[in-house]
Amino acid sequence: MTKKERKKAIIIFAVIALVFMIGAIMTGGHGGEEESVQVVMRDAVMHEVNRVSLFGLKDVNPSLIAAFIVSGIMILFALICRIFVIPRFKLVPGKFQLVLETVVGIFDGMAKQNSHINRFLGAYIFAAGSYIFTGTLFELLGVQVITTEGHAISLPAPLADVNGAIMMGCLSYLVIMSGGIAGNGIKGIGKTLKDFSLPISLSFRLFGALLSGALVTELVYYYTAMSYVTPVIVGVLFTLMHALIQAYVLTMLTSLFYGEVSEKVVKPPKEKKQRGRKRKTVVKEAA
Amino acid sequence: MTGLPLNVDWQQILLHLFNFTILFGALYILLYKPVRDFMENREKHYANIDSKANQALADAESSKASYEEKERNLDEEIRARKSSLSKEIEAERERRLADARSEAEKLIADARGEADREKKEIIESAQKEITEMVTDAMEKLTLEQTASDAFDQFLDAAEEADK
Repeated sequence: MTKKERKKAIIIFAVIALVFMIGAIMTGGHGGEEESVQVVMRDAVMHEVNRVSLFGLKDVNPSLIAAFIVSGIMILFALICRIFVIPRFKLVPGKFQLVLETVVGIFDGMAKQNSHINRFLGAYIFAAGSYIFTGTLFELLGVQVITTEGHAISLPAPLADVNGAIMMGCLSYLVIMSGGIAGNGIKGIGKTLKDFSLPISLSFRLFGALLSGALVTELVYYYTAMSYVTPVIVGVLFTLMHALIQAYVLTMLTSLFYGEVSEKVVKPPKEKKQRGRKRKTVVKEAA
Repeated sequence: MTGLPLNVDWQQILLHLFNFTILFGALYILLYKPVRDFMENREKHYANIDSKANQALADAESSKASYEEKERNLDEEIRARKSSLSKEIEAERERRLADARSEAEKLIADARGEADREKKEIIESAQKEITEMVTDAMEKLTLEQTASDAFDQFLDAAEEADK
C-alpha cells in the first residue's frame, strides 16, 4: 500500500465513523436510559430484575449462564489442543506451543515456588487463573441473552456475580485447607481455620474487583455521549487489566496460603527440661 | 429469593461449583497434565544430555591429565627403557659369547682327540712296518744262510700255490 492509498483509506474510515456518529446523535436514542442509572447499578449487583431462565428450570443470574458458556468454550479449546496440538509438540517449541507451555509453566512454577506439595495446587491455580482470565475477557464479547422480563442484556463476567465469587473464594479456601491436611494432617485444619476470614476476603475481593469493572463499563455505556472512544479504553484496557490482575491475585494468594499451611511444623525443643538440665550441670560444676 | 444479603443463592453457588469442578477436571486432563508431562520429559531429556556431556567432559579432562602426566614422565620412561634394553643386549651378548666359547672348546677338544687318534694310528702303523721290515731283514738273513733250505722252501711255496 502506497502512502497515497493509505491516506485515502484513513479518510474513508474517518468519514464512515463520522456518519455513524452523526446518525447516532440525530436518531436521538436514549441508550440505556429507559431504566434509571440507579436501577442499572443496583441490578448489576443484585440481579433482581434481569434474570435469565436456565432451560426453563430456574431463573438464575446472567453470570451463571456466562459461566456455563465460558466453561464450554474453555473445554472445547482444551479438547482441540489435546487432539490437534499437544501430540505435535516439538522439543524446540513453536509459537502456539510456547504460549501453552508458558501459561502452564507460570502456574506450575508458582505452585512449586510456594509449596513442596504442589501437584494439585498447580492444577487448581491453573484452572482458577484461566477461568478468571477468560471469564473476565468474555465480558468484552457482549453475548446477548433475553431476560425473563424480555429485555436483551449482554452477559457479564461469570465472577462479577456474588454467587460465582463466593464459590471461587470458598473453593480456594477448601483447597488451602486440603494443603494443610496433606502437609500436617489434622493440625493443618487448625492452621487453616486460623485464617477464618480468608474465604470472605477472597470471595469479596474478587467480587468487588470484577463488579467495579462491570459497573464502570455499565456507567460508560449508559450515557450515549460516553459511548464513543471511551469504551475502547474502559472496556478493553480495564477489562484486560482486571482479567490479568484478578487472575494473578487469587492464584497468588491461594498458593501463598497453601504453602503456609502445608509447611511442616517443626516442634521447638522443650525449654523446661533444658533449663533443668542446665541447672544440674551448673550444680555439678559447682560441686 | 433466599433472603440472604446481596441476593446470595446457595443453589446458584452450587451450580457455579459444579460448573467449575467440571472445568477443572477437563482442563487438568486435557491441557495441564499433558503439557506439564511434556515439559518434564523434555527437561529430563536435556538433563540426560547434559549429564552425558558432563561425563564426557570429565573423561576428557581425566584423559588429558593422564596424558600430561605421561608426557611429564616420558623422559624418565625412555631412560628406563634404554637402560633395560641395553641390559638385555648385554645379556644376549654374554650369552652368545658363552655359546661361542663352549663351541670353540668343544671343537678344540674334538680336534685334539682326532689328532691323538691319528698319532696313535701312525705310531701303530710305523711300529708294524718296522716290525715287518725287521722280520723281512731277518728272513733275508736267514735265507742267505740257508740257500738250500731256501730252495726247498721255494718248492714248498710253489706247491702250496698250486694247491
